[in-house]
Amino acid sequence: MTQPTVSTAAGPRRFQLPSLSTLGPLIALLIAVIIFSTQSPRFFSGTNFSLILQQISYTAVLAIGQTLIILIAGIDLSIGIVMALGGLVMAKLATESGVPAVLAILAGFITTMFFGFVSSIIITRLRVPPFIATLGMLGIVTALNQTYSGSQTISNLPPALTALGNTFKIGGTAITYGTVLMLVLYLIAWFILSETAPGRHVYAVGNNPEAARLSGIPIDRLTIMVYTIAGLIYGVAALILVARTGVGDPNAGQTDNLDSITAVVLGGTSLFGGRGNVLGTLLGAIIVGVFRNGLQLIGIPSVYQSLITGILIIAAVALDQISRRKA
Amino acid sequence: MPQIKRSTKLTIAALTAAVAVTGAALAASSQPIIGLITKTETNPFFVKMKEGAEKAATAGGAKLLSGAGKTDGDNAGQVTALENMVAAGAKTILITPSDSKAIVPAIAKARAAGVMVIALDSPTEPASAVDALFATNNYKAGQLIGQYAKKAMAGKKAVIATLDLFPGQPVGIARHNGFLQGFGTAGITATTATQVATGVACAADSFGDQAKGQTAMENCLQKNPDINIVYTINEPAAAGAYQALKAAGKEKDVLIVSVDGGCAGVRNVQAGVIAATSQQYPLKMASMGVQAGINYVKSGKKVSGYTDTGVTLISDKAQAGVPSKDSKFGLANCWGQ
Repeated sequence: MTQPTVSTAAGPRRFQLPSLSTLGPLIALLIAVIIFSTQSPRFFSGTNFSLILQQISYTAVLAIGQTLIILIAGIDLSIGIVMALGGLVMAKLATESGVPAVLAILAGFITTMFFGFVSSIIITRLRVPPFIATLGMLGIVTALNQTYSGSQTISNLPPALTALGNTFKIGGTAITYGTVLMLVLYLIAWFILSETAPGRHVYAVGNNPEAARLSGIPIDRLTIMVYTIAGLIYGVAALILVARTGVGDPNAGQTDNLDSITAVVLGGTSLFGGRGNVLGTLLGAIIVGVFRNGLQLIGIPSVYQSLITGILIIAAVALDQISRRKA
Repeated sequence: MPQIKRSTKLTIAALTAAVAVTGAALAASSQPIIGLITKTETNPFFVKMKEGAEKAATAGGAKLLSGAGKTDGDNAGQVTALENMVAAGAKTILITPSDSKAIVPAIAKARAAGVMVIALDSPTEPASAVDALFATNNYKAGQLIGQYAKKAMAGKKAVIATLDLFPGQPVGIARHNGFLQGFGTAGITATTATQVATGVACAADSFGDQAKGQTAMENCLQKNPDINIVYTINEPAAAGAYQALKAAGKEKDVLIVSVDGGCAGVRNVQAGVIAATSQQYPLKMASMGVQAGINYVKSGKKVSGYTDTGVTLISDKAQAGVPSKDSKFGLANCWGQ
C-alpha cells in the first residue's frame, strides 16, 4: 500500500469547514438541483426529495459500514452480496420456516455480522489484504445466496418485515421509517466517530497504523470490531431493502460494492484511510440519487448518469489532491 | 508477512490438484458431451433452462457441461466457457448469446472445429452465425401484450411507461418495439432504436431487477403521474413497478403487462398485480437443444434454421380478439417456483 501520511491531527476537528473535496461535489449538487428544478416542475418538492431518500436508503446505510472500513484503510467488496444474504435469511425464515418475524430479522443481523467477522479474521489472522479477502467473500457469498434460495425470489412476507416501508406524514409529505432509520444511523455513526475513544482510534489506525500500534491501540481487535459492526449495519440495510421491495431477492446488491464506494469517495473520505467523515458519505449517496432521479425526470437516458457520476468521482479526488498540495 | 504454516500450504496445493483432476476426469468419459452456456448462473430463467437440459441429457445418456457469463452482457465469460467446452470435447454447444454480435467469432471457431452450435432464447447477429436457433419470438411476445393493452384501454387516452432492460440489448429492443407495434404506435418496426420513444411518456432501464425497476417506476411517476400503462421487460421488473404504484396509491388504475411466464409472474397475474404476460418456454428450448445434440452424435445430422418454441398470452381478464389462456394454464406450464 501507500506510505501513510504523517498527520498531526489525532481525529477530526469537531467543526471543520468542509474540505475542498467535499465542496466540489456540494457545488455540483447545488448546480444539479438548480438545473433540474428549472427543467422539471416536479423535481423541487418534498415528495420527490422523500422519494430520492427512499431510493438511496439501503445503499446509503451500506455506505456507513463501507466508510468505517475505509477509514481504517480497508475496503469491503462483499458488502451488497452479504446484505442480500441477510435479506434472504430474514425472508426465508419468516415465510417458509414459520419463525416469528422478530427472530427472523435477528437471524439476518447475526448472519451479516458473522460474515463481517469472518472477513476480519481472514484479514487479521491470515494476513490477507482486505481487497482480496472481501473479493473472495464476494464469490463465496454469491454462491451461498443462490444455493440457499434456489435462485428464487421469496415473497408474501409478514408485515413486520415490511414495516420500515410504511410511511408517516410531515406537512403532506410521506416519509418512510426506513429513511428515518438511515438518517438516525448516520447521526449515531457520526457521534461515535467524532466523540468517542474507539472513533478516534479508527482515525488513528487509518492515519498511521505503526504509530497507533506504538501508542497501544489494539489494531487487530479494532479491525475485527469495525468489520463486525459493519456487518451488523449491512443487516439493517438488508431489512430496509426487504421492506422497500417486499421480497427477499437472491440477485440484490450486485452493484452495491462499487455504489457504496462511490458514495464514500464523493463524500471526501480518502481511500487510503484516516481522513474523511460519515456525513460526507451521506452527501455522496444523495448526489448519486439526485442525478438518477433528475435525469429521469427531464428525460435524459440512463447512460449519462454513469458518465456524470464518473466525472464527479474523479473531480472530487483531484480537487482534494490539489488542495493538499497547496497546504 | 508472517510465515504461513507448511500444512496450510500443502492443503492449498492439494485442493488445487483435486480441482484439476476433476476436470481431467470429465474430459475422459466416453458419453456424448453437450455444452450449455447461459447468460448468467443466477437468473431463474436460465436456472430452469439448465435443469431442463440436465434432465434431457440424463434421459438421453449424454453428459452436460454448463457455463455462463458473470452478468448479463458478459461476452468474455461466454467466450471462455465456449473455448473450454470445445477443449473438453463437446460435440454440440447450446448458447444464449449475451452479446449477439461479439460472440460470433468465437462461435465460428467452434464450428470450424466440427462442433454444432445452437443458439437458445436469443439470436446471434447475423442469424447464420449458428447452425440453428430455438427461441421465443420476442417481438411477437411484445406484440401480444401490446394488443392486449390496446384492447384493455378501450379507447381511453394511454400514457405509457416502459421499463426496459438496458440500452442496446436485442431481446429488450424486440420486446419493447413489439409492445409498441402491438399497441398501434405508428412507424415502429422490430429494429427501431428504442431511444426514439414515440408515444412513450417515460422510458427507463430496469436491468430486469426488482429493486431497480421499482426506482425506475417511482421516477417515471414523478415525471408523469398520469401514467396508466406500464410495459415491463420481465416479471421482477413488473413486481418492482407494482410496489412503486402501490406506494403511490395507484395500483388499481394502472395496467401492468410483462413477458416471461415464470411461476412467480403467473401467480402475480392471478393476484391481479400483472394484467397479462407473454409466457415463454425455456425448458422446451433446452430439451430440444439437447435432443438435437444427441441426434448429431448418433447420426451426424445437424439441425438448421429457426424453431419458434412458442409464446402464450396469460391473463385472467381475456380481451376480445386477443387470444389468451388463463392463469391456471399458465401455472401448469410455468417455469421456476
